[in-house]
Amino acid sequence: MKYIYLDNQSNTKLDKNVFDVMVPFFVDHYGNPQSIYSLGSISKDALDDARSKVASFINADINEIIFTSCATESNNLLVKGIAESLKNKGKHIIVSAIEHFSILNPLKRLQNDGFEVTYLSVDAKGNVNAQELKKSLRKDTILVSIQHSNPEVGTIQNIKDLVAIVKNNKINDFVVFHTDAVSSCGFMPIDVKDLNVDALTFSSSVMYGPKGAAALYVKKEVKIVPQIEGGVQENSKRSGTENIPAIVGFGKACQIAKEELVSNVQKIKGLRDKLINELPKKIEYIYLNGAIGNRLPNNVNFSIEFVEGEALFLLLDAIGIMAASGSACANKNLKISHVLSAMKVDVAVGQGSIVFTLSKYNTQEDIDYVLEEFPKIVSRLREMSPLYSYFLQTGKRKKAGPGTDFDHEHDHCHINEE
Amino acid sequence: MAFYSQKVMEHFANPRNVGQIENADGVGEVGNPVCGDMMTFYIKVKDNRVEDVKFKTFGCGAAIAVSSMVSEMAKGKTIEEVMNITNDDVAKELGGLPPNKMHCSNLGADALHKAVENYKSKQGK
Repeated sequence: MKYIYLDNQSNTKLDKNVFDVMVPFFVDHYGNPQSIYSLGSISKDALDDARSKVASFINADINEIIFTSCATESNNLLVKGIAESLKNKGKHIIVSAIEHFSILNPLKRLQNDGFEVTYLSVDAKGNVNAQELKKSLRKDTILVSIQHSNPEVGTIQNIKDLVAIVKNNKINDFVVFHTDAVSSCGFMPIDVKDLNVDALTFSSSVMYGPKGAAALYVKKEVKIVPQIEGGVQENSKRSGTENIPAIVGFGKACQIAKEELVSNVQKIKGLRDKLINELPKKIEYIYLNGAIGNRLPNNVNFSIEFVEGEALFLLLDAIGIMAASGSACANKNLKISHVLSAMKVDVAVGQGSIVFTLSKYNTQEDIDYVLEEFPKIVSRLREMSPLYSYFLQTGKRKKAGPGTDFDHEHDHCHINEE
Repeated sequence: MAFYSQKVMEHFANPRNVGQIENADGVGEVGNPVCGDMMTFYIKVKDNRVEDVKFKTFGCGAAIAVSSMVSEMAKGKTIEEVMNITNDDVAKELGGLPPNKMHCSNLGADALHKAVENYKSKQGK
């Protein structure tokens, strides 16, 4: 059976060249980089080399990179570490409503500890409004965190402009601007000096590197309080024995990205555009979610009316195509994705969201196969959809989707919110 | 372990009794306000037995599998027997459902019961 992986926002395939450089660090070079005998030195050199590759990829200095275990850890360190560092100067934080949960959930806890959080709305395409950011700034704002691009709908924010708004307003001299660039780094060049951000998160596992390594860039001048304490690793900003094989892999992934990212992106963009342009010709009542121009080169997100997203991707999986959905049924908490919700996508239509995220390993044949098979799956599900038959018979749309209380007599659902 | 049992996947991939019955003796529709699933059941009744069942469902894999399974369970049964089928019976027949789907997508028996109630009300019983 075919095996077409189109969920690269959640994880990318490991590049074989990355794997090859990692291998010696499992069995042969297993020394702890903090040990000063020869085996330790080999690991230490490898760590330094990886750090310089990772730093160079985003145009940072080597002492501005903190290695962590994953992007979630980087975002937790950032949010909690900055809050703790600046809590005596202010307790106000600004984020967009469509941040990753590794930003949003730590903030929930900080809110319980007396911090105030402003959630910036986004427009129907997922763009943060610069004027709203400007109005939200306060003298006690310590942190602004706005993602570089959204992994689900692909919208890329104009971070440079948003940073300029924060810095030119001179509300205070300590506010930190962070951007979560996890979904951007494998698919577009990122330069921290050009963006003028103070902190940035990115991760190995979505740029053809291994899981188990990520980074938090923190500008030299910015003080951050460590959240994992112990030894002197990562300049005492993140203690714990370094995951050398993963970090070595991350370094190699960054080196490869620097060399081939631009040419890869041309190809990926072509494949993305083919899907975005051709699917609406084959499927009626289909709507693109997210921005058009400022869109990640690998992101395709459509809402398919009258059908549900989990059913779509399960049938796709049955023929070897792996995709994702933002529908309530596809979420473990049975809520429509907070991103679609913030973009005010109609709940019934959002139920039919399907997300294809491409990588450098996808081919024309992969895309042609999706274009051939996906419309059949949509037809199949529409044939059994009561919403679709109602629409065909009456030309009207029945109210449906999460939150539609059209059945008062039956109390079916007791969902534990936790 | 896979998210769904083999039986759920089998019914989801090859659902039985999908469709609509023209001039059905009973029609029942239920929806779930939380996740938005929706099912419509049509029954044909003869000599107090459910002679034919068809359904249309908007929802996830579990919702479609549940609809298919309950339609099979109901076929040929008496009205009383059909009213005794519970959502839990359907889940058991499917080899279980993931916990978060148990209360949400498992509406098949409710929809079927509604179709029977609709049939009864038409009969004036």
